[in-house]
Amino acid sequence: MTVRDLDFQYGASFQVLRGIAFDALPGECLAVLGNNGAGKSTMLKCLNRILSPQKGTVYIDGGKNILRLPHHHIARSMAFVEQGAPQSRLTVYDMVMLGRKPYIKWGVGKEDIKIVEDVIEQMSLGEMAVRYVDELSGGEQQKVVLARALAQQPRVLLLDEPTSNLDLRNQHEMLSLVTQSCRKNGISAVIVIHDVNLALRHCEKFMLVKDNHIFAHGGKDVITSESIEAVYQIAVGIHEISGKMVVVPH
Amino acid sequence: MLALLLLFAALMLTALIALRFGSYEAPLSEIARAAFGQSENQSLNIIVQNIRLPRVLTAIIGGLGLGIAGCVLQAVLANPLASATTLGISQGASFGAAFAIVVLGAGAGAGAAPTAQMTNPLVISLFAFVFSMGVSVVILAISRFTKLTPEAIVLAGVALGAMFSGASALIQFFATDVQLAAVVFWTFGDLGRAGWGEIRLMAFVALPSTLYFLLTRWDLNALESGEHTAVSLGVNVSRVRIVNMVLCSLTAAVIVSFLGIINFIGLIAPHTVRRLVGNNHVYLLPGSAIMGAILLVLGDLAARMIISPIILPIGAITSFAGAPLFLYLLFRGSKKR
Repeated sequence: MTVRDLDFQYGASFQVLRGIAFDALPGECLAVLGNNGAGKSTMLKCLNRILSPQKGTVYIDGGKNILRLPHHHIARSMAFVEQGAPQSRLTVYDMVMLGRKPYIKWGVGKEDIKIVEDVIEQMSLGEMAVRYVDELSGGEQQKVVLARALAQQPRVLLLDEPTSNLDLRNQHEMLSLVTQSCRKNGISAVIVIHDVNLALRHCEKFMLVKDNHIFAHGGKDVITSESIEAVYQIAVGIHEISGKMVVVPH
Repeated sequence: MLALLLLFAALMLTALIALRFGSYEAPLSEIARAAFGQSENQSLNIIVQNIRLPRVLTAIIGGLGLGIAGCVLQAVLANPLASATTLGISQGASFGAAFAIVVLGAGAGAGAAPTAQMTNPLVISLFAFVFSMGVSVVILAISRFTKLTPEAIVLAGVALGAMFSGASALIQFFATDVQLAAVVFWTFGDLGRAGWGEIRLMAFVALPSTLYFLLTRWDLNALESGEHTAVSLGVNVSRVRIVNMVLCSLTAAVIVSFLGIINFIGLIAPHTVRRLVGNNHVYLLPGSAIMGAILLVLGDLAARMIISPIILPIGAITSFAGAPLFLYLLFRGSKKR
């Protein structure tokens, strides 16, 4: 995915994003970091035109500018997982089938059923397939919406704080599932996330967003005590514990 | 799927029972023959073809339309309380009827009982329709041009509904006793008002709308997960919302204009079926339609049989008997959680 010159503002004067430009490669996970209100979630929603950016282009695999395509076209190459738990009283199976929405014309086809069953097996959701989504635990719900996104067979996966209401084990399990699926299927993931250390454990690429623009973008080398301090306005040290890079606030 | 088949069987059964029972007794086989004009008893032919069959069909089409319209409105407005009342349809229809009866004298004439007063029921229906559509068009236009959120649309509906209720009250205040009785009687609702022509017209609006609703079933499922998720799944949210609201308004307005105010079906039918099949609109939409039809057929049967030969007002029966059932389902559902 190639993003260039993305500008977004609410109303006439409230600028939220300025000159956003970056690339996301297939199979790679990009963590989007930054303080509250920096514009991270807004940026995610501009990428698949949930919010319409005033300016800019988004290309996938050198195809057409995504921002000029109708929504059902975009939905075939980009999937989005919203922040927070789904409150829908659909069964797990139906919720995953919802991921086939961009492909369904008159009714569900054989191929849709096969893809949904594959995804359910891949994510080990078989046992709860007939249970209602709103009766599951937070971790299970997050897995279900990830399965829905994968059933869309996207090239790009947009995740808005997928771990924000999960416990320690589920946080790691969730991000492992994301990174594995992305590597296996050649999907680029863009993940808005608050936990810098969680991002360091699972993502290859990092983007620091500050005051409506990209402050730094690259591999692990962009995470330095100076850059974190500049973005989050808190003094930190970067240490290595059991061979893992860890950001520790002073 | 099984639940849908059972519901459909239940509808057929209730329809047969409703055809069977009435002040003129006859065996079911004879009634079935009379429905096609084949009975040897000519008066039974006339009773079934001109009175019972139209009445049952009216209940089926009316219940179907109100049930499915309620279900769709609840989905597109993301509000479990949404129904035709939310878009001001009932209030608009009541005002239109009151206007026709009191100001235009459509129900005027002296002396006799209120039923005999409505010398021109078509004028009343026409005005009820014009005003109920008028109110919903205003609400739809507001929501379209000011990009209101679903919550704001519901609030706008409540506000305009209140305005028209007030206007109806003012008209009634200046009405004569006879006119007042005619207005009140109209709002009670009566399935006997519809003849074959009205049934055709209701079916002409309700059935194509139902077909469209069924085609958007996956859009409605997507909306259930929130607006942003729906957009990300390729749903044109504003188009789905506005087209569905227009068709719901049209369906409910036609039905209410002919039959009077029968509100509760649009709430109770979808919520009852939801307890059975969950929120998947693939099953919920047809289920709500069938359940609406069952409830209205049963309601009408009760209205005719309780103190036969007097026919009780159908709107009052559906609300009076429906509310306890609704509460029961609500409490049973919350205990299970």
